Amino acid sequence: MGKLLFEKTSKDRRGVEPVAPDVPRSKASSRLKGLMREDIAGFPELGEVDVVRHYTLLSRRNFGVDSNFYPLGSCTMKHNPKINEDLCRLPGFAALHPYSPEDLSQGALELMSRLEGYLCEVTGMDAVTLQPAAGAHGEFAGMLLIKKYFEDKKEKRTKVLIPDTAHGTNPASANLAGFKVVKISSEGSPVITTESIKKAMDKETAALMLTNPNTLGLFEEHIMEIAEVVHSMGGFVYCDGANLNALMGLAKLGAMGVDLVQLNLHKTFSTPHGGGGPGSGPLAVKKKLEPYLPVPRIIETKGKYSLKFDSKKTIGRMKAFYGNFAMMVRAYSYIRRMGPEGLKRASETAILSANYIKEKLKGDFHLPFDRPCMHECVFTHKRQAEKGVVTLDVAKALIDKGIHPPTVYFPLVVDGAIMIEPTETENIETIDCFIRAMQDIAKRAETDPESLKNAPKTTGTERVDETKAAREPVLRWSKKA
Amino acid sequence: MASKTVTPYIPHTEGDIRRMCEAANVGSIDELVKSVLPEKLRLKSGLKLPKGLSEQELKAHVEGVSSKNKGANAIKSFLGAGAYNHYSPAAVNHILLRSEFFTSYTPYQPEASQGTLQAIFEYQTLICQLTGMDISNASLYDGASATAEAALMARRVTGRNKVVIAGSVHPEYRETTRTYLYGSDETPLEAPFDTKTGLLDIKAAEAALDDAACLIIQSPNFFGTIENVKELAELAHSKGALLVVVISEALSMAFLTPAGELGADIVVGDGQSFGNALSYGGPYLGFMGLSGKFTRQMPGRVVGETVDKTGKRSFCLTFATREQHIRREKATSNICTNQGLAALACSVYLALLGKTGLMELASLNIDKAEFLKKKLSAIKGVEIAFSSDTFNEFVIRTKKNPEVILAALKKKNIVGGLALKRFYPEMKSHILVTATEMNTAADIEEFARELKRVS
Amino acid sequence: MDFPKDLKYTKEHEWVREEGDVVVIGITDYAQDSLGDVVFVELPEEGASLTASEPFGVVESVKAVSDLYSPINGTVLEVNDAIVDSPETINDDPYGEAWMLKVEPADKSELKDLLSADEYKAYVEEEK
Repeated sequence: MGKLLFEKTSKDRRGVEPVAPDVPRSKASSRLKGLMREDIAGFPELGEVDVVRHYTLLSRRNFGVDSNFYPLGSCTMKHNPKINEDLCRLPGFAALHPYSPEDLSQGALELMSRLEGYLCEVTGMDAVTLQPAAGAHGEFAGMLLIKKYFEDKKEKRTKVLIPDTAHGTNPASANLAGFKVVKISSEGSPVITTESIKKAMDKETAALMLTNPNTLGLFEEHIMEIAEVVHSMGGFVYCDGANLNALMGLAKLGAMGVDLVQLNLHKTFSTPHGGGGPGSGPLAVKKKLEPYLPVPRIIETKGKYSLKFDSKKTIGRMKAFYGNFAMMVRAYSYIRRMGPEGLKRASETAILSANYIKEKLKGDFHLPFDRPCMHECVFTHKRQAEKGVVTLDVAKALIDKGIHPPTVYFPLVVDGAIMIEPTETENIETIDCFIRAMQDIAKRAETDPESLKNAPKTTGTERVDETKAAREPVLRWSKKA
Repeated sequence: MASKTVTPYIPHTEGDIRRMCEAANVGSIDELVKSVLPEKLRLKSGLKLPKGLSEQELKAHVEGVSSKNKGANAIKSFLGAGAYNHYSPAAVNHILLRSEFFTSYTPYQPEASQGTLQAIFEYQTLICQLTGMDISNASLYDGASATAEAALMARRVTGRNKVVIAGSVHPEYRETTRTYLYGSDETPLEAPFDTKTGLLDIKAAEAALDDAACLIIQSPNFFGTIENVKELAELAHSKGALLVVVISEALSMAFLTPAGELGADIVVGDGQSFGNALSYGGPYLGFMGLSGKFTRQMPGRVVGETVDKTGKRSFCLTFATREQHIRREKATSNICTNQGLAALACSVYLALLGKTGLMELASLNIDKAEFLKKKLSAIKGVEIAFSSDTFNEFVIRTKKNPEVILAALKKKNIVGGLALKRFYPEMKSHILVTATEMNTAADIEEFARELKRVS
Repeated sequence: MDFPKDLKYTKEHEWVREEGDVVVIGITDYAQDSLGDVVFVELPEEGASLTASEPFGVVESVKAVSDLYSPINGTVLEVNDAIVDSPETINDDPYGEAWMLKVEPADKSELKDLLSADEYKAYVEEEK
């Protein structure tokens, strides 16, 4: 156990062989002699059984939502429905080439078109592109749309306002689009104040990027006034839709003055996280920005669907083809399964679960803002730090209890943040178990803090030396000389 | 009274809700929502969406939608152009469906995710072995965005702004690169291709390369032809520019000399061919292999080897200080979620085929394409457009209008290829055709027969 | 935490030592402690010119990255390559072995505007 594929290799061992040739050997091999590779040094040579065993054992060294409670704040680790895994693998979807003629792809185009409509309805926006492959990709697309819009209007707008509670992808995306990031300091306030925006907003500012609910799990209560301020100066309000799980069926971002919002299908709409993707980050916009959306657009005329590639004002393309289609099938299926009542119930229950945890744990952990939260709540390690126990220790101790840690050290505006998002798919017993685990850790931080410094001990891997990984980088396996 | 409605995936009973409300000091969920959402923003009516379906109904409905498509399983397809119809062994899917892999998150807590981390480390190694480069990242979205990220990276590394990209690079990859560079107020310069050979026009490229950050070429290129990577690397370097090689048919790497051995500085492309379904264009798999000199400038996540407290070999995400969650606006990219599961599919596929299997498959693909080439070029009214060597796709020139030809073939349940006029307006008579191990000799002969009939 | 009295300091957590006509620059004990294990440091070349308050390099730990700001205007005379190879020295000996640059100041009077050890210590206390 613990060996890499390359260390289990045995020369000439075969796995799955390709189909037998039914065409003659071509002369290509002799023609291309100088350009052909003779070998792939170090490439694995294993039997099929070896490969299956290798990956099966690897999978067991992982926590997943199916096996562990995963309260990662802002990630919405809700259950990934199995039926959706079956549906996206239907041959009519899985074997469909992106350049397949339109009349042979009506099912795919219909699904995408309807999904666009559903996402508009949930967010209260006018048009959607499904092309971005992830949230950050959608943010980048949104920033480019804004850039093109102002270029068209011949207005020189170089700045984007971003609060210090924002997810790192926000300033990174704004920067990629050529904007200068102006940081809005929260100055201890749990929500953005209208004052702080009034002070910063001017005619050189293209947009304000905010997250609602914000990364402290709180609703940005001044959003309407803030949107007023930004709009009055001709700017746009961009919303990072990562926390949409708090709002479905309860409120629409479009009605709050939001002009653009990217959605994360792998968060709110149940598509699996896959250990780091693939995701899908559709971008929804108000009518004003529709002409700038990436191509192609999906057009419906009398029940027939087609792709429209020409667009005078489009920003172009974010990637090849149409987006992560298999994720769209899953999200479409999820929305059809849940229906409007189900989506509303999901958001309501997510909010209730987070508040339940907040109330139960505020006696043991420092709660920087004691007020009703939305779908996630944020604590800090302030009390435990007095005994030398920090957020990192709390996280590692939870692993030993079979619980994946919450999001840690984010947002940066509080010291040692612990961001907990239970989602609506966890039953009360699981949540109570988590609460008891946290309370136990809090107790041990008081009575025996040293015992928390050595966690985790039960996963087969103890605390990993991340410093060594950075100081002595080894980023691939190499054969020992 | 107990509620009669069941909400999928939500386990809470009335009793559970009551208990949670009590602990949260509210009389009901409604009261709680009222306390967090301003009155005027609260929706007064339900979302206008179709009513929820039972799982049984959902299955029937979505199966109905999928039956309105005719994929490569239902027709004889000779389409390539950046998305390839290859056979994926059954074990790939079964391993992907192990929920510890697909329901897990980004491995930020290494002690709870050694499975994912080791799999990514192995993936990085496989990409290095195939591309001949020193290091690889954990994946990017797709070949097109990987090309764009390579252009941005070349600019950072060289301190120059100009990007030169061959016209024979996949049109959608070029368009994506153009869109990404628009963010930096830069427009890539397109270097034309030779209309006889289908290869990059070296003389034209030479002129364009002064002060360029990079030359971006694709090999095999969009037309399937194999570029002279060594010569182009020397040319780019002589001008102080980096050479970026793009590969959209990853299988070609198992046949051709690795670009890393021919002088490439960055190798990017799409790993869709390795274990990832056609799936109407996504999710695919962007890969990036590069010289070790550029480690700190590389976009995307990367996994490194280290030890745990007991000295046991372990893996963790590393060099995170380049990334958005730490560097924010100064990050090398904005990428967060990448294509984790697609990279896993790729690794499992490659491990199952193994060295010999993969090299045999690459040879077979060339043989299939050469067989198709021979059969089609024997037809009156059909010519092979370019004289250069190709891998598993090539361009034919037809006397009759390609649209007419393809329409006729479609009636016979054959999708004969991609008419190139939509991407290259001057190529009105050209069709890009592809053959893989999924096209039997009988299919190929039928294609030739029907094409002859309609030519 | 160390605040050697013979040094001058900046609000960006650099220290400065006068050695005749040459000025030596590094980062403080507080800085290395906040960063955690240092894994990488990027410094300018010999001969590079420094502008007061402008970044001249970068220091990285596993979880954080900080720009290094020049306390004064001047020219780089010598770079401590040893710490580029062994960045952990910055954690072990921030005021001694882990000096970063030896600089020829453009105007020695600029040193007067820097913080004394007591002023810097007070500043750090307040930041906490």
